[in-house]
Amino acid sequence: MSNVPQELRYTQSHEWVLAGDDGQVTVGITDHAQELLGDMVFIELPEMGAELDAGDECTVVESVKAASDVYAPVAGTVVAVNEKLVDAPELINEDPYGDGWMFRLQIADPSQLDSLLDASAYEVVESED
Amino acid sequence: MPFIPHTEEETRKMLDAIGVSNIDELFDEIPADLINERLDYVPPAMDEAGIRRLCKNSAQSDGHYVNFIGAGAYEHHIPAAVWQVATRGEFYSAYTPYQAEASQGTLQLLYEYQTMMASLTAMEVSNASLYEGASALAEAVLMSVRAQRKKHRILMPETINPAYRETTETIVKNQGITISNIDYSGDTGTIDLVQLNDQFTDDVAALVIPQPNYFGALEQVDELVDLAHKQGCLVIAVVNPLSLAILKAPGEWGENGADIVVGEGQPLGIPLSSGGPYFGFMCCTQKIVRQMPGRLIGRTLDAEGKQGFTLTLQAREQHIRRSKATSNICTNQGLMVTAATLYMSLMGPAGMAQAAKASHANTRLLVEKLTAIDGVEVVFNSPFFHECVLRIDTPMDDLVRAITAQGIIAGMPLGADYEGLQDCLLVCATELRTEEEMDDFALHLERIVSKE
Amino acid sequence: MTELIFEQSTAGRINNAQYQSGTFSIDDLPQALLRKTGPALPEVSEMQAVRHYTRLSQLNFAIDTHFYPLGSCTMKHNPRICNEAAMYDGFSGRHPLSPASTGQGVLSCLYDLQEILKDISGMSEVSLAPMAGAQGEFTGIAMIRAYHEARADDARQEILVPDAAHGTNPATAVMCGYTVKEIPTLDNGDVDIDALRAAVGPQTAGLMLTNPSTLGVFERQITEIAALVHEAGGLLYYDGANMNAILGKVKPGEMGFDVIHLNLHKTFSTPHGGGGPGAGPVGVSKRLVPFLPVPRIAESSGEYVLLDKNDCPQSIGRLSCFMGNTGILLRAWIYARMLGRDGMKRVADYATLNANYMKVKLEQGGFEMAYESRRATHEFILTLKKEKAETGVTAMDFAKRLLDKGYHAPTTYFPLLVPECFLIEPTESESLEELDGFIAAMEEIRRESVEQTDLVKSAPHSLPVRRLDDVRAARQLDVVWQEDAV
Repeated sequence: MSNVPQELRYTQSHEWVLAGDDGQVTVGITDHAQELLGDMVFIELPEMGAELDAGDECTVVESVKAASDVYAPVAGTVVAVNEKLVDAPELINEDPYGDGWMFRLQIADPSQLDSLLDASAYEVVESED
Repeated sequence: MPFIPHTEEETRKMLDAIGVSNIDELFDEIPADLINERLDYVPPAMDEAGIRRLCKNSAQSDGHYVNFIGAGAYEHHIPAAVWQVATRGEFYSAYTPYQAEASQGTLQLLYEYQTMMASLTAMEVSNASLYEGASALAEAVLMSVRAQRKKHRILMPETINPAYRETTETIVKNQGITISNIDYSGDTGTIDLVQLNDQFTDDVAALVIPQPNYFGALEQVDELVDLAHKQGCLVIAVVNPLSLAILKAPGEWGENGADIVVGEGQPLGIPLSSGGPYFGFMCCTQKIVRQMPGRLIGRTLDAEGKQGFTLTLQAREQHIRRSKATSNICTNQGLMVTAATLYMSLMGPAGMAQAAKASHANTRLLVEKLTAIDGVEVVFNSPFFHECVLRIDTPMDDLVRAITAQGIIAGMPLGADYEGLQDCLLVCATELRTEEEMDDFALHLERIVSKE
Repeated sequence: MTELIFEQSTAGRINNAQYQSGTFSIDDLPQALLRKTGPALPEVSEMQAVRHYTRLSQLNFAIDTHFYPLGSCTMKHNPRICNEAAMYDGFSGRHPLSPASTGQGVLSCLYDLQEILKDISGMSEVSLAPMAGAQGEFTGIAMIRAYHEARADDARQEILVPDAAHGTNPATAVMCGYTVKEIPTLDNGDVDIDALRAAVGPQTAGLMLTNPSTLGVFERQITEIAALVHEAGGLLYYDGANMNAILGKVKPGEMGFDVIHLNLHKTFSTPHGGGGPGAGPVGVSKRLVPFLPVPRIAESSGEYVLLDKNDCPQSIGRLSCFMGNTGILLRAWIYARMLGRDGMKRVADYATLNANYMKVKLEQGGFEMAYESRRATHEFILTLKKEKAETGVTAMDFAKRLLDKGYHAPTTYFPLLVPECFLIEPTESESLEELDGFIAAMEEIRRESVEQTDLVKSAPHSLPVRRLDDVRAARQLDVVWQEDAV
C-alpha cells in the first residue's frame, strides 16, 4: 500500500496538489504513480508563464518502460518549475511528495480545489487501478 | 513439405496430446464460411534446384549495364568481406535486440555504427537508422516541427532530389505541414540566396540544405546555415555519406552547424539492387535527441559492472508511447547497417577518402570527354562533386534509347522533374568507372549526337 | 568484454586491398567546403575488422542458433536459397533508375509476387512499395483518408483501434492526422462489439484490426464487425502481423477488409537482420485502387512497366526514393514459389498445430493460460501472475532465465492487457523435440523460482553480460563512443 498524505488533494490521473498561501498550488505525482512507472529517467517540465486549463497536458515524465503525461489539476499560470528534476529525475521516485514536486501554478479560482479528490477518495482510485 | 519438419507419426502424437483427430479441428473457431483454401494463381511448389534455375535465368536476362547514373544510388566498390560477414546466420537471422543480454553482438555493432555516423557527420548523436534517404528527410521534417512546436512550414530547395521532396510531401501532408519551394539559380544550379532571404516567415521551422545537391553542385552551406539560424530556424542537412570522407561535415557548417542530418546510406557497401533495401541515416544535436525517431543504442553496465549495450529511450517509440510516439517506425535497417559498419571498418577513413576522390576525378574526366563532343555542354557554372548536369543537343528519349542499346545507362534525364532542363542529363562516374568505359560512352554519344 | 573497434585502431593503418591506387586531385573544389580533419572511423587491418565482427556475431542469439518463439514476430526458418538467389549479379547490380526495358527479369519476379499476394489475401490489387509493416500501415490509413477526402466526407476524423492493438496502430493513425478512440476487449478475447456499435458514427474514418488478434485468438465476430463499420461509412484496415495463422486458409479480403498490409519479414520469411529491413506490401479492395502509392508494377501486353503519378493521378504519392525493398521482395517471392499452393496452407496448419500443442502441454504442466477456453491460433498467451504472487519471480525474470537454458524468450509484457504475460509463437519450422525441450525448460524454471528464487531473479548467468542497467542507459545517455569516456 503506498503513501497517501492526508493533507493533500488528488486527481483521477494521479497528480497530488498542495494548496499554498497567496493562491499558489504545488503539483506532483503520487507514490502510486511513481511506483507504476518505475525508475524515472527524464522529465519535460512546462514553460514558465504558460497558461493552463484544468486537464491540460503540461509535463511528460519518462521511465524506461513508459512515458506518461502529467495534467494540470486546475487552471492557472506556471510560476515555478523544479529544475532539480532535470538532472535528478530519480527524486520523483525517492520523494514524490517533497523534493519530487514538479511545478507551481498561480490559480485564479481557488474554488476549483474543492472538486479535487481527498486522500480517502484517492485511495479508492488507487485500489481500482 | 518445404521447411516443415513434422513426420506423420509426430503429427499424430501431437494431435492426440491436444485431443483432436485432425488439424482442421484446430480451426473450428473460425466461422466455416470464412475458410477458403482455394488459390487460383499461386503455382505449385518448386524445389530449390528449380527456383535456382528460374532466378538465374531472370537475373541473366536483365543483362549487365555500365552505370553512368547516380541520382540517389551509386555503384561503389564493396569489399568482399562485407556481405560474407553480414550474412552470417547470427547477424542475418537475429531479431530486434529486445533481450539485450542475448543480442550483444548486434547492439555493440549498432553502437559502433552510431559512433561512426556521428563522426562522419560531425554531429553529437546518431540513431540506428531509418528506412532510406527520402523517408529519412520526411522524418527530419516531422522532427523539426516537433522541436519547434508552433512552426509548421519547411523551406525546401528545388535542388533537393525530386523524389525526396515527393516522399516528404506524402508522409507529412496529413499533419498540417507546408512545404515551401525555394528556387535555384539557373546560372549556378544552387539555391537562390536572394529569393531565399524573403521566405523566412515566422512559421518556418526549418531550412533543408543538400550537399552536394541533386545536380551535383556544391551549395554555400556556411552562409545558408548562418542565415537560417539567425532567423530562428533549424537546419536539416541532406548529404552523401561517402562524400563526407572529404567534404566539410554538416556539424561544422556555419557557426553552429546543422541541427539534423539525414541522407541515403547506400553508398556505404550496399548493392544497387534495383532500389532497395538501402538505409537512411539520421544524426542530430544532443539538445533535440529526445525528438529523434527510430532506435537508439546506449552503452551501460551490467549487474557486475561490466560494459554492455542496450536499446534506450524506448519510451519515445511506438510500442510504448502509442498515439503520442515520435513516429510509427518500428524497424531499423539492421542488416544494411551491419553491412555499412563493416564497409566503414574495412575501408577506413583513408580508403573512403580515396574512393570519394577517385569518384570526383572520374566524373571530371567523364565530363571533359563528353563535352569535347559538339552539342554537349556543362549547364551550371559551379563546382560540382561526383555528378554533373550536361545539356545535349539531341532529343532525350532517342538518346537514352540508343545509348541503352549499347549496354550503357547514360545518366538521369531531368526534363520530367525540371522545366527548363528538358534537354539535360545528370551524369555520374564513380571510382569503378574505367577510362575505356568512358571512351566507349563518348564514342557512342558522339555518333548519336552528330546523326541528328 | 569485447573491445570496441575504435579501441583496436592504430592511426595511419590502411587496408591496402581496399585502397584504390592512384592520385586523384580535388583542387578544383573550394577549400572552405573541404574537411579539415578526417572522420574518426576505425583504422584497422582487414584481419582485425573481420575478426572483430565475426566475434560480435557469436554473441547473438538468432533463429539459426536458437529456438526463438517471439509472439507476433513469426521467427521461422530463413532459407538460404532466398539470400543466394536475390543477390545474383543481374539482380544486385541493377540501378533503380535504369529503364524498365532493362529490368524485365526482376520486374517479372516482382509482378509474380504481387499476383501471389493478391491471391492469398483476396484483395483486388497489391502494391509492393511500403518498406516495412509500419510503412504499410501508414499507406493503408493514408489511402483511407484520401478516399474520404475524394468524396468530400470531411467529418470522418476518427480511427478506432482495439485496446489490445500493437502500438504502431495508434501511432500511424496520428501520423495521418486522425484522432484515436480505443475499443475495449472482452475477457474472452473478442472485441467488445457493443462498445464498437456505440462508437461508430459519421466521424468514423475506419477501424484497424488484426485477425487473429494480438491476443492470439481469432476474432469470431469479424463479419459482424465489418458490417457495423461499413454501415457507418467507415473502412476496415487489416494489420497482417498474424497472417501466418491463416495463410492459405482464410483471405482477409473475404473477411470484409478494405485494405491490408502484410509483413513479409514475418509470414514470408525474409531475414530479420537484427532489426530490419522489412517489407510491408499493401492490398486493397476495388474502391481504394486509385489511391495506391507509386511506383506501381503493371503488365501490358507481356511487358512490365512502372506506373508513376501521371498514370495514377489520385495516388497518395511516393513512399521512398525508388520502388521499395526490392532485394527483400525477391527473397519473399522465392520463398513463396518454393511453398507453392499447397505449402501456403501447410504453413497455417503446422504453425497452429505447434502452438496448440505447446498450449496444452504447458497448461498440463501447471501454467495459466490467458484465454484457456479458446483455441490457440499460431500463438497464445500465458500469464505468470500466479508465479509472481507466490514467489516474486516476474515474467521478465523468467525470460532472462530462459536465455540461460538456451532459448530466446517469448514476447514479454505484450499485449498490455494481460499481466506478466508471455506471447508464444513457435512457427511451423520447429520440430517436436524443440517444442518439448522448451516446455521442459519452462517447468524447470518454475521449480527453480520456488526452490532457488534468487537464481531466477538474477538471471541470466551464462551469457556475455549479466542483466543490464537500462535505467542508467537512459539517465546517463551514452550513444556515441568518446575517446576519454570511462
